[in-house]
Amino acid sequence: METATAERTATEGRPVHPAAEGPIKITARDVNVYYGEKHAIKHLDIDIPQHSVTAFIGPSGCGKSTFLRCINRMNDTISICRVTGKIEIDKRDIYDPTLDVVQLRAHIGMVFQKPNPFPKSIYENVAYGPKIHGLARGKTELDAIVESSLRKAGLWEEVKDRLNDSGTSLSGGQQQRLCIARAIAVSPDVILMDEPCSALDPIATAKVEELIDELRSNYTIIIVTHSMQQAARVSQRTAFFHLGILVEEGPTETIFTTPKDKRTHDYITGRFG
Amino acid sequence: MTDLAAPRQDTATAAPVKKPAAEEAARLTRKRYQAEARFRWYGVTAIAIAIVFIALLFASILRAGLPAFWHHYYVAELDLPADAIDPSGKRDPKELASADYFAIARDSLRATFPEVTDRRERNRLAQLLSSGAADPIRQAVAADPSLIGKKAKLSMPLSANAEIHFKGDSTKITEAAGAGVATPSAATGEINILLGANAFATQLVGIKRSLAERARELRFEADRIQSSAGSTVVPRIQELREQAKGLQARFDAASGAETLDDRMASLFVHINGGIVKLNKIDNARVEGRVIRPLTSTADAQPGAWKIVTFETPESRRKASDLDIVWLEQLKAHGRVENRFNWSFFTAGDSREPELAGIRGAIMGSLLMLLVTLALCLPIGVMAAIYLEEFAPKNWVTDLIEVNINNLAAVPSIVFGLLGLAVFLNFFNMPRSAPLVGGLVLALLVLPTIIIAARAAIKAVPPSIREGALGVGASHQQAVFHHVLPLAMPGIMTGTIIGMAHALGETAPLLMIGMIAFIVDVPKTFTDAATVLPVQIYLWSDLPEQAFKAKTAAAIIVLLVFLFVMNGLAIYLRKRFERRW
Repeated sequence: METATAERTATEGRPVHPAAEGPIKITARDVNVYYGEKHAIKHLDIDIPQHSVTAFIGPSGCGKSTFLRCINRMNDTISICRVTGKIEIDKRDIYDPTLDVVQLRAHIGMVFQKPNPFPKSIYENVAYGPKIHGLARGKTELDAIVESSLRKAGLWEEVKDRLNDSGTSLSGGQQQRLCIARAIAVSPDVILMDEPCSALDPIATAKVEELIDELRSNYTIIIVTHSMQQAARVSQRTAFFHLGILVEEGPTETIFTTPKDKRTHDYITGRFG
Repeated sequence: MTDLAAPRQDTATAAPVKKPAAEEAARLTRKRYQAEARFRWYGVTAIAIAIVFIALLFASILRAGLPAFWHHYYVAELDLPADAIDPSGKRDPKELASADYFAIARDSLRATFPEVTDRRERNRLAQLLSSGAADPIRQAVAADPSLIGKKAKLSMPLSANAEIHFKGDSTKITEAAGAGVATPSAATGEINILLGANAFATQLVGIKRSLAERARELRFEADRIQSSAGSTVVPRIQELREQAKGLQARFDAASGAETLDDRMASLFVHINGGIVKLNKIDNARVEGRVIRPLTSTADAQPGAWKIVTFETPESRRKASDLDIVWLEQLKAHGRVENRFNWSFFTAGDSREPELAGIRGAIMGSLLMLLVTLALCLPIGVMAAIYLEEFAPKNWVTDLIEVNINNLAAVPSIVFGLLGLAVFLNFFNMPRSAPLVGGLVLALLVLPTIIIAARAAIKAVPPSIREGALGVGASHQQAVFHHVLPLAMPGIMTGTIIGMAHALGETAPLLMIGMIAFIVDVPKTFTDAATVLPVQIYLWSDLPEQAFKAKTAAAIIVLLVFLFVMNGLAIYLRKRFERRW
């Protein structure tokens, strides 16, 4: 019965809404993800427009993080994980065997659920990406990248006098913004955020949300969140996942005001989840 | 879809849970508290027992070993005659080094006891000095040749027997003031001392008692032989019974002279500035031999002379009566000095306990551990990184993992046999060499280090790895830039613990010939060497009593090394541990 629903939803979902915000950046067609025997994502199709914020919502274990991690092929590190189907970024298949996964990840920044700064200095945290990709020629250029990244992440004023302190000495919210600065230091096109505020207090959350809104003009952002309010606040488009199926996807206002699917309606009105 | 339309469980229809009565609840609570208190006491008791055992272990080792760090030296103003040391007068270092310095020390000691004229006794006197007594003189002359022809105050080590005596392990010495007037018949030679009172009553009782004791032992021995061997050894049994009867008769005789022998406590009389060793005592007179001449044959008043007893019979100790008398006199004249025994740390092994040191063993251990570390650390860490981070997870790597864990539990002697077969017999490497020992111990320690390094790598949170991968680091960059530095304290700790394990290992080294008696301090990886635990084993096996203390002292040194290494491991872990 579930499979039948999934197929119907997938069919109904097509054609995906043409993006009002701009050209399509990421396209996924018939994506299936398996963890060993478990079918974690079933026949997923989605188009994600450029320079916008797309929120993935859904109950725990619905596959939204799994799909997010497919976009920068972070699932490669899990040996039992298998991905089929097609994911394209700028019309380029990212599961093409000739594609260099390290180059791919340099173009797709990622921010994790729990702030995970390297146990090194604040400067080193931000400078690490540019260093290994050879983005800076000399100390002055590197300094400039670090400063502009920290400024974009709204952290510069708070840490400019203690760049040599350990990244782990910052507060939780600062750590998460440091991780965002670290992600944008390698000038990616896409930033993936996996529940970036779930470990933060409301004030830090507000700062990070503000930051996401600012970053929207230059980056394509995908954010996984458990907070419907957050999805409503920061995203332009929202996708609702349930049991490995993309149930519904569309502009955020539409999803929250007039959802087509009953499950979406039940979820956003708090019936379950 | 089950969670979408799951009906609420109606709680009202569920059977009401019966609440226990108040006293029942109190009883359960009390029981729970009792169980908790009992369990805490089990723990406290276990810890207390463990602490008592450790305290006992340390107390016994320290008690036995600490005295060995000190040694008694004979201190004397020595004549350094030019004609004996440097007959050619050229101050040639080779000639100076080959002079007979022991003779100088010996002559000095003999000059202190001019009354010793008998040849055998003079030799016995010289044997109070260690055979290493020449070394301090040789070193002093080599350091300052201008001393030749002058006098110099030097300290020379005393022999092991002397050392045992000064440490109080030869005999207990008791003194008693003489009662009544004592009159010696002569000042030298075999003399009589006439006694005004029954001064030796107590000593006579002691002698009689020891006679009875010996008679009983002989009878017991005769009974034992008779019951086990039957009538085949009748003459021997007869003989024992005769001896026992003789001793018993001496015990039964109420009075009469008693002859002393070396199976009884030794008795001496200090009178008129001289010393007499007694060999026959009676109620009114004693007979004995003068060891140190008396100044006069005048009557000694009550209390002016004394009776000295060496409680342990002469036949049951290494130091003879004469030795002890001489040593006590040297000590009384301030010619004996108890000093820290530096040569224990600067000398190699020796057959003479007072000269034996652990420098060779420490150097051997050091060289061997260097080989082990140089092999183990890179191989172990690289293997751990590969297995933990890069290796595909399949049955081959599973098999390797299981075997690494099994290798860590293989008895160490097996590695010794492997070393013997492969390194010595097949590759023809030198025997007893730190190089081979290090190779064998590397095999032994490798599994430990791999397991520790894998655990340390696994303990690095995956978020760090993902963070690095997320900014586009390759897998190798993520491992070497982020995972390895964070795992390093754990790897270091594991390595040091592994090295400490290697330092204490004995069995495999016996197999590859590191058990030889080696006097020279090893200088290279292929020199014959021994290591600390093997040295302890070798010394513990020697019959000389003085080596018992040396063994304990070497154990103390080994324990100190182990503590330092473990302390270093703890320090490294605390110092470089990072929080995330």
